[in-house]
Amino acid sequence: MTPRNTPLLVAQGVTKYYGERLACRDVSFAIHPGEVIAVVGESGSGKTTLLALLSQRLKLSAGSVSYRQNGDLRDLDGLTEAERRRLQRTDWGFVHQDPREGLRMNVSAGANVGERLMATGWRHYGRIRNAAREWLTRVEIDETRIDDAPLSFSGGMRQRLQMAKNLVTHPRLVFMDEPTGGLDVSVQARLLDLIRALVADLGLAAIIVTHDLAVARLLSHRILVMKNGEVIEAGLTDRVLDDPREAYTQLLVSSVLAA
Amino acid sequence: MTHEAPLIEVEGLAKSFTLHLQGGIVLPVLKGVTFTVRAGECVALGGPSGIGKSSILKAVFGNYRADQGRILLRDGDSKIDLAEAEPRTVIELRRRLVGYVSQFLRVIPRVAARDIVAAAARESGATYNEALGTAEALLKRLNLPERLWSLPPSTFSGGEQQRVNIARGFAGRHAILLLDEPTASLDAENRACVVKLIEERKRAGTAILGIFHDTTLREVVVDRVVDVGEFGASHKLAEEAA
Amino acid sequence: MSAPSYNFAYLDEQTKRMIRRAILKAIAVPGYQVPFASREMPMPYGWGTGGVQITASIIGPKDVLKVIDQGSDDTTNAVSIRAFFAKVASVAVTTRTREADIIQTRHRIPETPLAEGQIIVFQVPIPEPLRFLEPRETETRLMHALEDYGPMHIKLYEDIARHGHIATTYAYPVRVAGRYLMDPSPTPKFDNPKMHISPALQLFGAGREKRIYAIPPNTEVVSLDFEDHPFEVQRFDRTCALCGAAGVYLDEVLTDDKGARMFVCSDTDHCECRQAAPRLAEGA
Repeated sequence: MTPRNTPLLVAQGVTKYYGERLACRDVSFAIHPGEVIAVVGESGSGKTTLLALLSQRLKLSAGSVSYRQNGDLRDLDGLTEAERRRLQRTDWGFVHQDPREGLRMNVSAGANVGERLMATGWRHYGRIRNAAREWLTRVEIDETRIDDAPLSFSGGMRQRLQMAKNLVTHPRLVFMDEPTGGLDVSVQARLLDLIRALVADLGLAAIIVTHDLAVARLLSHRILVMKNGEVIEAGLTDRVLDDPREAYTQLLVSSVLAA
Repeated sequence: MTHEAPLIEVEGLAKSFTLHLQGGIVLPVLKGVTFTVRAGECVALGGPSGIGKSSILKAVFGNYRADQGRILLRDGDSKIDLAEAEPRTVIELRRRLVGYVSQFLRVIPRVAARDIVAAAARESGATYNEALGTAEALLKRLNLPERLWSLPPSTFSGGEQQRVNIARGFAGRHAILLLDEPTASLDAENRACVVKLIEERKRAGTAILGIFHDTTLREVVVDRVVDVGEFGASHKLAEEAA
Repeated sequence: MSAPSYNFAYLDEQTKRMIRRAILKAIAVPGYQVPFASREMPMPYGWGTGGVQITASIIGPKDVLKVIDQGSDDTTNAVSIRAFFAKVASVAVTTRTREADIIQTRHRIPETPLAEGQIIVFQVPIPEPLRFLEPRETETRLMHALEDYGPMHIKLYEDIARHGHIATTYAYPVRVAGRYLMDPSPTPKFDNPKMHISPALQLFGAGREKRIYAIPPNTEVVSLDFEDHPFEVQRFDRTCALCGAAGVYLDEVLTDDKGARMFVCSDTDHCECRQAAPRLAEGA
């Protein structure tokens, strides 16, 4: 079959305890190439923890996360630290809610975009710079800003720069934690549209944590609804939003203005 | 064509809503819904408003979950039961097999009208240039002024938005087309255009299932009416609730 | 009244052993920063406490010591350290590079090529080349362990973006023996090529940061660069105003308060030797 029919990442029984406290219980799902999954729920529901577990930024208490590389689905627990880092900065992306966590704020936009390239062995300044320029343009940052540090950028620009920084190595899977959180509504709309277009153009798989159902509606194919660390409802995005089954999901859907 | 198996086969479809926020009342909406639509056929869902016509359409599109029954869609030689299909399968079928024209356009910010329509064409396999050509031809036929093509439809009037919506629905090469009152906010001239579009698609072998309140449209394009009121008894309740 | 008596070379023997063990490990793993229990020395941090501890641990009664500060034998730092060892170890001192067994240096490598058997001891303020990228020591150690050095090029990239060329002129990062990324201490990058396949042993001591690292003799030392912006040393378009030397590192010296200036060898010993020698070599 085509690669589209084989899962890219498989989560099985993903569980996390912080001491006695359960943060995430028994989450299982698979994501395929080109698929966008939104994880929704209120703050404290465990969605950010789930994202950290899937992206190997946190150790699982139980369960497994497997990822397909070179055709084989491999349990990520067996990765060495070096392999994990390589995966995280080549085949994966991670877009933080706070761009300061994902960017080097005092080095230029060009170096931020070029960092992953340099980390993967690019040693030609001109080519690195061209790639940076191309990606700045793609995320709608004027290329004349290439030598400016993100400190001088607006919130929306910083978030777009973070996208560029992640996408420059053509990852297959991007994790996003509230990518539009903390932005003005008009800025949000522009960023959302950009994410939507990039995800579609590049055929990215993405797991997006958001509390905003409109974001989930616009970007995702599927939704996982989390509450108290568990996935309580999952399915096709428009079905979960238009025909929610669980009481909590109904509450969530009815609490927002026309998502 | 018509000798082949139907493209849509709905058998014993039942659907109810449990309203947890209102003390858990259960609203039965559909029960025992059974009908078929063949290639080249245009079937209208009939019955008074609130009887569950839109719910059937949404169930056939995979938007509503079916509680019971089967929704079989023929995809080439295979049949897929939408009531049990994985989300990925539903998405794939929407790309290739099932198109849907809702009553209202869900506007995507910043995307131009022409691109919205072209995107639908591309999803069902057209190249970039073909898709653009298809989109422009459709928008022209639907009399959307050319100066609007490159603008996002968020600022358009209701009628203009609906024409973009129709163009998008017809831009794909779906073998199954679901139409939810496609002409509701259109003037006579544009209604006539939609009639033509529907007739063309019928000739091309598309199975069309729709809700048509517009009587002229019904007389011209509809081959058969499925009276939703004849299925089960539960819809009475739904009607009262609505 | 008896004069205060110090152990030979100031440090007690246990401390010297501890430092020698660190030095041996550093030689065994070229470029790797070995932690050591740096002692309080009778001088402030920043004045060469790391270098002094290394020198004190390796020097023997018959060794001849040379100390330079930015190439010069006669600046305060060099004079003080030389006097320190003359006093606490009663060793012979020299300003002649060729005559020295041990050369302790702050920020230069002598122009006279070092020879087999010589040891050069560098004073290092900040041993971690990744520090500007990553403030956490745990993380920089992990980066070294994983050879996770790609981000190091960010600094060079920024240089080119800002100045059109790699403008880092000192503390220019190097890879040692194809493995560890190393800060060569704030020597001018002019001296980086001298570290490559040097017949001398090169030791680096950071007293405040408590790190020792080393380049064993005949080890590859490669300066980082880009394919289209290869590593280059500073070039001077003039010769030394005193000895006429070309191809050496020059200091700019103001000669009056009207802005008159001259360029002279930074390596004072090199300059003096050339001035003293018959001027035969001048045309050559």
